[in-house]
Amino acid sequence: MQSVKTQMMKFVIAKTAVVALIASVLPALAEDMEPASVRNCTWCHGASAQGYAPAPRLAGQRSQYTENQLLSFIKHTRDNPFSKQYMWGATANLSPNTMHYLAIYFSQELPKAANDGDKDLAASGKTLFEDGNPEANTVSCAVCHGPNAEGVRDIPRLAGLSYYYLKRKLTQWGEGYHVAAKAPMPGIAGKLSSNEIEALASYLSFVK
Amino acid sequence: MKVSRKRLALLTAILAIVFSVAGRAEDADRAGTSKQSLQAKIEYCTTCHGLSGQGYHGFYPIPRLAGQQTQYIENQLQAYIEHRRQNKYMYSVAHVLSPAMRTALARHFSELHAKPMGDAPKGLVATGKKIYEDGIPETNVPACMACHGGEAKGQGAIPRLAGQLNDYVISKLLNWTKERGQDPARPDISAIMLPTSHNLTKAQVAAVAAYVGYLQ
Repeated sequence: MQSVKTQMMKFVIAKTAVVALIASVLPALAEDMEPASVRNCTWCHGASAQGYAPAPRLAGQRSQYTENQLLSFIKHTRDNPFSKQYMWGATANLSPNTMHYLAIYFSQELPKAANDGDKDLAASGKTLFEDGNPEANTVSCAVCHGPNAEGVRDIPRLAGLSYYYLKRKLTQWGEGYHVAAKAPMPGIAGKLSSNEIEALASYLSFVK
Repeated sequence: MKVSRKRLALLTAILAIVFSVAGRAEDADRAGTSKQSLQAKIEYCTTCHGLSGQGYHGFYPIPRLAGQQTQYIENQLQAYIEHRRQNKYMYSVAHVLSPAMRTALARHFSELHAKPMGDAPKGLVATGKKIYEDGIPETNVPACMACHGGEAKGQGAIPRLAGQLNDYVISKLLNWTKERGQDPARPDISAIMLPTSHNLTKAQVAAVAAYVGYLQ
């Protein structure tokens, strides 16, 4: 198990390499196509917004969801450690118009699946996602997130997000982070076992 | 004399308490469910159907259960289990419920009084009211109120429509033949709505849904 610090160090080193690469390859044209506000996001979320290390994919995410999350960083209600460390500062000076623009911009980028979960757990994760576990009073995820985890309105797309991001997010609900989020997610995720979280995060990482 | 009267009062009070507790225990017994398991199941239902049973907008519209007729709820749960009503999520939910649990849940939700979500276009309400109360003679659509009642509260196996989610009512009426009465060998009461769901236009469906959605 790597410490968060080592993970972040690797992340920063890798990003620096990627940034240097992009800077050397991409013509100045790219700057005209992408406003600075987008570039500020893609430094960490990946050049095509597919997510990178702890930063989740933004590509294909529901715009209403992204916009709500940006607001929740500004209001400090989304309060897990990485949010505090990175997103509170990153969003502090965004205007409502810029947030709206960014949310729509990224929603229109085509998402790719992270495919980084445990393949052996995907089948049980799928069952849990679709049917829940009625005996244990665990609800189906698909009823709100959609049969292909595509999300709708302000309910996020989960399909293809990285295993690590999903696992962390689901675990953090249960640890009491982001309690200001509307019902029902804090209550649902807080009751999931770590095995169930592993299975769900694995399955979703493969969904296209 | 005075003392014995006091004693009598005390005895009466004790008896009253004992009986009321016994009554409640009997209720739970009759339902065949412990209070605890019923409470856990209610929380499970309200996760999707809204904390006060008012309905919720997930990927699909999730209907209001508050104030719904007990017989209707029980019938629908049975229909999911027997695949007469098609919905894979509700099949999964319903097939593990004991008959006693279904009865207890139906009773619980029938007694809730949530406010309607009020998410329908207000401009359609007047047209909807007319259809609801008078029907549409030209296309043989009966007045909805003939069965669902003047206040749309339903009765017995006929559902309450008052306060129901706008998009839920619309999607049910437009998909009636695909979702209801799916076992030809076992026709059920859902057949009553079949001709009407065919004879209503999309605009008429939207109007009726808007009208009932605002009823308290």
